[in-house]
Amino acid sequence: MVAWTDAERNAITSVFAKLNPDVVGPNALARCLIVYPWTQRYFSKFGNLYSAETILGNPMVAAHGKVVFGGLEMAVKNLDDIKKTFAPLSELHSEKLHVDPDNFRLLADCLTLVIAGQMGAAFTPEVQAAWQKFLAVVVSALCRQYY
Amino acid sequence: MSLTDSDKALVKKVWAKIAPKADEIGADALGRMLYVYPQTRTYFAHWPDMSPGSAPVKNHGKTIMKAVGDAVSKIDDLVGGLSALSDLHAFKMRVDPGNFRVRAPYIQTILAHNLLVSLAVFFPADFTPEVHVTMDKFLGAVAAALSAKYR
Repeated sequence: MVAWTDAERNAITSVFAKLNPDVVGPNALARCLIVYPWTQRYFSKFGNLYSAETILGNPMVAAHGKVVFGGLEMAVKNLDDIKKTFAPLSELHSEKLHVDPDNFRLLADCLTLVIAGQMGAAFTPEVQAAWQKFLAVVVSALCRQYY
Repeated sequence: MSLTDSDKALVKKVWAKIAPKADEIGADALGRMLYVYPQTRTYFAHWPDMSPGSAPVKNHGKTIMKAVGDAVSKIDDLVGGLSALSDLHAFKMRVDPGNFRVRAPYIQTILAHNLLVSLAVFFPADFTPEVHVTMDKFLGAVAAALSAKYR
């Protein structure tokens, strides 16, 4: 079980409250596909991904970014039981989608950088630490079923 | 993954834009790294104060950014250009090379990641996806050059 301090819980929930689901998820996913182009292998059905512009304008990427954001929301609402909450998602990503789990870390990095850009100086080292701990727990939960 | 001519041009352009705030960015990134990745503090145990904003952190942040600026000017031969720094980190300081990188196996991101966070915080409008990927590549190349002399 993950131990969250009160400060960490506050930081995570207050960061999350500031995030626009229509913007953050889509931007982070688009960045992931641009910065780590090998991740595009999982989105061959998404049509045009051949440049940063087309990725940023691709409606299927945007839609999926919102789905990813919804997953994060589920984690924030279940901070004390992320592992169990994410078990079905972990199985989906490993058994059905065959996603290399290292990609979860790449997407997590992109989320962090999008949020840092949005929050500016309010994204203090303390907030960054809490947020990255949260993402590490989410990533770990997503990786659990991969055996 | 090597730097193309357009990568190099963009790195130089980005550097010119951020250079006036280099000291602040360096201090910010280093402070974040020491706070968010406490295992990195093992290398600075001789400092009286490792907290974000402290004097040793500010000074060393400046040193790091001077070296990054130097790397920008030597972008056509990072391994040769950073050879002396690699010697220093490998033999004198013996810093685990995983600490330089954006990615290390199973350990999330260290100095390069925190430099990217600082860039996003200080220059949000400029930290476009294109700048993000290029700076990620550049810092990866710098990390590789710093690791070159380890063995």
